Amino acid sequence: MKSIEIVCDNLSKIYSGKVIFKNLSLKLTTGNSISILGKNGSGKSTLIKILSGIISANKGSITVSEENIPVPANLCYSRIGLISPYLNLYDELTASENLRFFCGLRNDSEKVMDERIDYFLNRVRLFDKRNETVRNYSSGMKQKLKLIFAVINQPRILYMDEPSTNLDSEGIDIVYETAEEHKKNGILIVATNDKEDIKLCESSLNIEDYK
Amino acid sequence: MLLKNSYLVFKKDLSSELRTRYVINSLLMFVLVTISIIRFAIGDEKADNEILTGLLWIAVFFTSVSGLSRTFVKEEEKETSVALKLSTGSDSVILGKLIFNMVLTFSLNALILFLFVIITDYQIKNLPGFLIVLVFGNLGLVSASTIIAAIISKANSKGTLYPVLSFPVLLPLLITVINATKLASLGVETDKLFGEIQILISYFIVVTVASLMLFKYVWED
Repeated sequence: MKSIEIVCDNLSKIYSGKVIFKNLSLKLTTGNSISILGKNGSGKSTLIKILSGIISANKGSITVSEENIPVPANLCYSRIGLISPYLNLYDELTASENLRFFCGLRNDSEKVMDERIDYFLNRVRLFDKRNETVRNYSSGMKQKLKLIFAVINQPRILYMDEPSTNLDSEGIDIVYETAEEHKKNGILIVATNDKEDIKLCESSLNIEDYK
Repeated sequence: MLLKNSYLVFKKDLSSELRTRYVINSLLMFVLVTISIIRFAIGDEKADNEILTGLLWIAVFFTSVSGLSRTFVKEEEKETSVALKLSTGSDSVILGKLIFNMVLTFSLNALILFLFVIITDYQIKNLPGFLIVLVFGNLGLVSASTIIAAIISKANSKGTLYPVLSFPVLLPLLITVINATKLASLGVETDKLFGEIQILISYFIVVTVASLMLFKYVWED
């Protein structure tokens, strides 16, 4: 598998005149994992949104490279997985329909798509509920479905923002197992204040040091 | 890839809508109420085609304005846009939404026209010309409304902003299409409507190309 690297250079984000963080630099390569720490409202989620390309920074740059060759911005999305509270799947569709829709957009073949969807739904114990609309899911079940969305395309960089929110102990174990597996061949970035979540990562970054 | 993903976005929107019927039901009610008000206003009088054409486009315009913004607003309100952003490019999203809005608008406008002709005894003397004008007028209306919907979905006061923003953008289209529809209904031959039809086609092409170019910036931040 190709090596992957993410380099952030002097990132700054300012919202309505308020500095969220400034001059934040970071370099992570295959096998690295980092937890982003900080109080509520300190900008952890904002940093995850910027790193995953959902919003842009006011200053600085982010470069994702494979085998030292920069990946064009429009192709970065296929290397990224994200589980977060501000990402929802479609309530009016079933779990299967949601996953088939997103796998289809990512250009997976029908056969691979079906195999992966069945595998992950079984793994998070949602297979029996696959044909129910997501509206009827509990928040824990929705969180498990979001985990599948994050990892189903085998991303190289996995962003987890408060990954254990709403989950029972079985769900938390599944998240941790998935994160541990991902770390072997990719990069893991976790925004959290949960002490157990922090243990997933080898290093940490306190966002309040960049105010 | 672009067409396949656009089709997937369209199919997802269509199946979501058919399942919830949120937009369809409210728009159907809107159409029925508007047509009923027009019926009560006219009464037994025989209205001129000039006035009826204006009333027809009032119904078409306000139905579109109240329905077309939902596709993007719903994605933002329910926070599903992030998943979409991480899965496909902005081109596929705008094209898929545009196709969905076209299907929605053409279906509703067919219903509006049918009801309107029945209740007002609206005479269309040049039907082919009338339909050409109606099709290209609607294409322009959908195209402009879709990109405006994308812009206002990022704002806090979505409901009030939509008509305010869409009216000046749609004004040149509305003036042209109302005039052309009136002429076609009065029996002016299609080749004499060519100037208006050219404007409608140009409007549609310019707004669609501009939407495809601008949407990336609206969508990504």
